[in-house]
Amino acid sequence: MIALAFIVQTLRIAIPYLLAAAGGVMSERAGLIALTLEGYMLGGAFGAAVGALTTGSPTVGAICGMVAGALLALLYAAASMKFRANQVVTGVAINLLVIGLTRFFLRLLYDSSSNSPRLPGFRGATGSGFGALVTNPLVWVGVVAFAFVGWLLARTAFGLRVRAIGEHPEAAASVGVNVERTRYIAVALSGVLAALGGVYLALDQHQFTDQMTAGRGFIALAATIFGRWEPKRVAVACLLFAAAETLQIQLQGTQHIPSQFVEMIPYVLTIVALAGVVGRAVPPAALGREEQV
Amino acid sequence: MRKPLILAAILLLAHLALLVVHPSGAAQPPTSEGLDVGIVFDVGGRGDKSFNDGAYLGGERAEKELGARVRFIEPGEGSDREAGLRLLAAEHMDLVIGVGFIFTDDLTALAKEYPNVHFAGVDYAVATDPAGNVIAPPPNLAALKFREEEGSFLVGALAALVGHSKKVGFVGGMDIPLIHKFEAGYKAGVKQVCPDCTVIAQYAGVTPEAFRNPGRGKELALAQYQSGVNVIFHASGSTGLGVFEAARQTGKLAIGVDADQYQEAPGFILTSMVKGVDAAVFDAIERVKNGTFKGGIYQFGLKEQGVGYVYDANNRKLIPDSVRTRLEQLREQIVAGKIEVPSTR
Repeated sequence: MIALAFIVQTLRIAIPYLLAAAGGVMSERAGLIALTLEGYMLGGAFGAAVGALTTGSPTVGAICGMVAGALLALLYAAASMKFRANQVVTGVAINLLVIGLTRFFLRLLYDSSSNSPRLPGFRGATGSGFGALVTNPLVWVGVVAFAFVGWLLARTAFGLRVRAIGEHPEAAASVGVNVERTRYIAVALSGVLAALGGVYLALDQHQFTDQMTAGRGFIALAATIFGRWEPKRVAVACLLFAAAETLQIQLQGTQHIPSQFVEMIPYVLTIVALAGVVGRAVPPAALGREEQV
Repeated sequence: MRKPLILAAILLLAHLALLVVHPSGAAQPPTSEGLDVGIVFDVGGRGDKSFNDGAYLGGERAEKELGARVRFIEPGEGSDREAGLRLLAAEHMDLVIGVGFIFTDDLTALAKEYPNVHFAGVDYAVATDPAGNVIAPPPNLAALKFREEEGSFLVGALAALVGHSKKVGFVGGMDIPLIHKFEAGYKAGVKQVCPDCTVIAQYAGVTPEAFRNPGRGKELALAQYQSGVNVIFHASGSTGLGVFEAARQTGKLAIGVDADQYQEAPGFILTSMVKGVDAAVFDAIERVKNGTFKGGIYQFGLKEQGVGYVYDANNRKLIPDSVRTRLEQLREQIVAGKIEVPSTR
């Protein structure tokens, strides 16, 4: 019983990580740093709230959230490819921009600086058990997101091109790959996936709250790096981070483990991974390069 | 080469145009007569349905009843806060109020820099030296503090009395002494009416983000409800909205904080522990007007009606009369000093 509760809670916490990290893999494998995941998520959450509140349908909300994520991703792609801006700087700027924009429109549309009115969510089972988990369609989207990204990267011609331009764009271009177009598509897809993570949060809370993603995009980025940009490993990393969080929630208050320690697990693991303790972490060779084809 | 130049020129023009924009209702620079008050909001700003809105109400009332001219500033992130306070202080307002514990250091520094301006800090965190003695704030700075532990004590007793469970829950935002006050009072209240009850107290995190993480709040609350808790009190900003969502989803009860939060989840909010930020702000402005303003620490507790719990038509059916009577007895005992409520855990 306790084991089941643990697994269910881990999955609930993991869904936004899984979705955002799937986006992270997509973007980074194409050679663009995924520092913007946090922004995509927040934008997706806000898009979902606006869509669901305007039409009364959570499905329309989810679509609006995905569109918001795609638009932000295209903005990022344009800034870093067309205008050759530094990706780290642009990424940080976009995250800040989304915080400001969502707050601005929250005030404009719903006259509050903290939260939106209550919005309709998917009708599923209530409670905190297994039933409520499996009747939420977004949980399933999260579960298949990684299978989808893994399949896309490993089994399709498009995936091969994405991997090629992430490693050596000049070589890819020399054999006729349209580097720019492929990157735009990959990054837009990463925006859609990460935004779904935000959509999940907003629909699960039945509300948009100012800065409600609370750093989840960065945890997802940490998972992307910790998983060494391999879809399967990244998915495991997401589950691991979620399990650590669940453990902290379950133990906090009953055991005396300082919560600070558990909170830093994802970041410590990421540093450990980058330091090469558990095998070598080799990022896509062209990641973050500015002078691109 | 032409394009960037044209673009730069357009941007420059737009910039210049914005300089001359003067919004209607923009505050006039302070004049020598009359009472000029500046209020700088905490993160979240107006419309947070809590703390900042409380300060706004207090300011608005002072405008109506005392004829004060109140100017509100909503800072963005980080260093803007200090800039907002400094701007008001430099204009020699009669009173500058910072809303939120986050202004503590900035207010202390500015009060020393502008000794002729009155300052007030809502939830100002009074510093102590290494020996544990209180370091008094500067003489022109009033620290407006609330005895949250007293209000939390009463809602703790309420949670234990109507919870029908030996376990009672608490969800805090950031793990800091200010929030420990809520926890300490709440625990004491629970123990007062149910000595063998246990309080499960959890925090959403150790960074300011812990105050705006409803996803985490919901998970904490779901885990608590699942372990047999029937009532959860939150002191966690918008993280608490997740607690309410969990209460809805599992059909259990939650207790709001700062303002009456009944509307966030009607039927699932047992009560709210309210802080009279509006009254404290109004009080400070009134003192300046009457010339009785003095620096120092002002405490607003049950006695001053600075804290309390909501009991109205919305939640009357959730609170039996016998429980209400018991709570009122406890309140009187605290006011009379017969019960001492701890403020640290």
